[in-house]
Amino acid sequence: MNNTSATVPLNYLNHKTGLWSWLSSTDHKRIGLLYLYSITIFFCVAAVLGLLMRIEKFAPGPTIMTAQTYNGMFTIHGIIMIFIVVIPGLAAVFGNIFLPIMIGAKDVAFPKLNLFSWYIYITGACLGLYSQFANGHSPDTGWTFYVPYSAEASSNVVIALTAAFVLGFASILTGLNFIVTIHRLRAPGMTWFRMPLFPWSLYATAWIQLLATPIVGITLLMVIAERTLQIGFFDPTLGGDPVLYQHLFWIYSHPAVYVMILPAMGVVTEIFPTFSQKPVFGYVPIVFSSLAIALVGYFVWGHHMFTSGMSYESRWFFSFLTFLVAIPSAIKVFNWLSTMYGGSVDLKPPLLYAISFIFLFTIGGFTGLTLGSLATNIQVHNTDFVVAHFHYIIFGGMGFGFFAGIHYWYPKIYGRMYNFKWANIAWGFLFIGFNILYFPLFIIGIQGMPRRYFDYDPKFQTGQMISSVGAVILVIGLIGMISNLVYHVRRGAIAPANPWHGVTLEWQIPSPPPHENFDEVPVITHGPYVFDNPHTKND
Amino acid sequence: METYLAEGSNLAAGVDRAFIFIFAISFILTIAISVLMIYILIHFSRKKVKNPSQFSGNTKLEIAWTIIPLVIVMIMFYFGVKGFKPMRDVPPGAMKVTAIGRMWEWSFDYGNGKIAKQLVVPLNRNIRLDLFSADVNHSLFIPAFRVKEDVVPGYNNYLWFKPISKGEFDIFCSEYCGLAHSGMVTKAIVLDSLEFNKWLADLKVTGNLPDHPGLAIIKANACITCHSLDGAKIVGPSFKGLYGSKRIVVTAEGEKEVEANDEYIKRSINDPNVEVVKGFNKGLMKSYTGVIKPEDIDKIVDYFKSVIETKK
Repeated sequence: MNNTSATVPLNYLNHKTGLWSWLSSTDHKRIGLLYLYSITIFFCVAAVLGLLMRIEKFAPGPTIMTAQTYNGMFTIHGIIMIFIVVIPGLAAVFGNIFLPIMIGAKDVAFPKLNLFSWYIYITGACLGLYSQFANGHSPDTGWTFYVPYSAEASSNVVIALTAAFVLGFASILTGLNFIVTIHRLRAPGMTWFRMPLFPWSLYATAWIQLLATPIVGITLLMVIAERTLQIGFFDPTLGGDPVLYQHLFWIYSHPAVYVMILPAMGVVTEIFPTFSQKPVFGYVPIVFSSLAIALVGYFVWGHHMFTSGMSYESRWFFSFLTFLVAIPSAIKVFNWLSTMYGGSVDLKPPLLYAISFIFLFTIGGFTGLTLGSLATNIQVHNTDFVVAHFHYIIFGGMGFGFFAGIHYWYPKIYGRMYNFKWANIAWGFLFIGFNILYFPLFIIGIQGMPRRYFDYDPKFQTGQMISSVGAVILVIGLIGMISNLVYHVRRGAIAPANPWHGVTLEWQIPSPPPHENFDEVPVITHGPYVFDNPHTKND
Repeated sequence: METYLAEGSNLAAGVDRAFIFIFAISFILTIAISVLMIYILIHFSRKKVKNPSQFSGNTKLEIAWTIIPLVIVMIMFYFGVKGFKPMRDVPPGAMKVTAIGRMWEWSFDYGNGKIAKQLVVPLNRNIRLDLFSADVNHSLFIPAFRVKEDVVPGYNNYLWFKPISKGEFDIFCSEYCGLAHSGMVTKAIVLDSLEFNKWLADLKVTGNLPDHPGLAIIKANACITCHSLDGAKIVGPSFKGLYGSKRIVVTAEGEKEVEANDEYIKRSINDPNVEVVKGFNKGLMKSYTGVIKPEDIDKIVDYFKSVIETKK
């Protein structure tokens, strides 16, 4: 196996060196890391914007910025976080690095297309950044670009829309690549139901990326055509229909929520069995719940539009479907708990993040039911309640899922281990800060505090202040977590090939993995979660 | 000063019932899941368990935790629809006010040119708000009344409520509409019926008076495409100064002078080509018999009379 000197075995990180070897690499692991680094940078930028907005809201009236700046900021924050960070997010990073390894393949089906997707992604991301600075002012439409406002607001909207359009292509191509990879490149003996659950979640995600993203691409093109060629699709002054835009936008953007959350569910589904040394409970139900989420998730977009003037019949039907989509998520939560039940549970940092995921996702899910119910939606729609809800889902769910994933696979990716104590303390700040930041927004939202408000009535100030304090605590946690990870990339203790005693394929190869993953193509003879000799020592 | 979760309208009780049900279930289940999770972490910790079980599924359990949540969410769905349904059914006879949203202020049109910046409404009366946008999307939100509906240009959206307690309540714009979105706030003021009538009587006329019903019919039938109101000669003769005027008309028998009285106007609407004003072409206008009802034709005649009378 070890075909080089004993001290520095060749792996995907060191078999070639130099910047160009990274920028031209078609190795899925390196491309995954390119995504990881670009996404981390953009995440930090948008997180700082989020912090600035929270500081602004510490008191009513202008505090540290003007209304125009604030409106631009929540727009940029949304565009970066949604289109550049969380939609590619887990699938692009961990999907790229671990999908081929977990199914026993040497790479994805189209390695060059994979690299090309990253370049498209970077182009879109740069366009997105450019739109914030071109002509001296940033778009202020919100990330949803609702017409007619977006048809009339500053011209940078076109650049921002183009950015989202380009980013969409990266997403479509990555989805296509994963679908083909899963269909064609599974190792001998790896039948569909011997495939680990993270690849399954990526498979469900990839179909959404492939089928839903073109709709938003076309919609954004229609807005561009409307603005530049005066073709009336959505703008009533040109004879268009503003609510049609909302339909088309959410037909994509609601399934996109599942693009974000499904891979995160896949990650924690890997973590629970490993840290319990026990097979996943309900493998088949988890598979089908992922597929059900992907399928039903297509048909619930109308719940973003309960107050838009849709017919009564559309409103209750979308509400009905929204309640249905809650069921597969509930099934997953019960299966995760049952996976740990009866196991030998080791509360290491990845599991800590994974159980926080369950807690935060549960709160996000239940408040989603409040939003899905027609009567209560009327009160909380477009208030801070919604802001709190989707941060619990996206940040508490996808974000903490990502953090769980990075702490889980870090030793595999870098061959080094981070500091556990440091990781636990950072987790404490993150988890507590998160709840202090977002929970008060539920309360003031119910009381009627609308979202996207630069200024607010002083009666909401207590909630806003507490939330701002939470933001500071959260950011301290983020800095702590990221610095722990960055610091130990070179200085951490050398990690063994299988520090957590996992049983999926990525743990059966050296850390970091060799350039082509497997010296010999593995032959699969049983399901993915068989613990023959459960490891129960404290280490 | 209002208390926020006060029930300010008849619709609030249904909304709050749904809130209480959903929150109660959510709270209980979140606590249950968290307690179970902590129990597992402690009871099955690696220190204690050296021999983890290796079971991997249970069909009965899977069915149970599919069916039970399904039943729970369907009850939630039911409460949601039940609280929401009345919001779309406006009782007949509701008082109509047009709410106008424009960047970045609200105004409320009570008809007859009476426009206010605050929504003043009488206690215990059904109020229907027709929502009109002068520019981009807005959304009218009165938290204490539990009502919200988007104000979308080109859409005839509406909402209604019956205020059940006196006082002042916040109105917010809850659909982002640009720079001063957060400044697009005003108050809903609930008065008792006497106070309201006095307030409305004292409200100055600042807006446009509504059209005379006859003029509304003229506009609705696009008469003014061919007949101007200001004397301009278009396809047909202008309506300006019509009533009581003398004019030369061309008939099958030749030219004659007629006075534009009730009979003449009705004849011109029902048989436009019998007498054509000299200088205009025959055959361009079709009969409006059956298109405009006789009583509406009377209103049109009334309108022409009223224009002449106001001039005198």
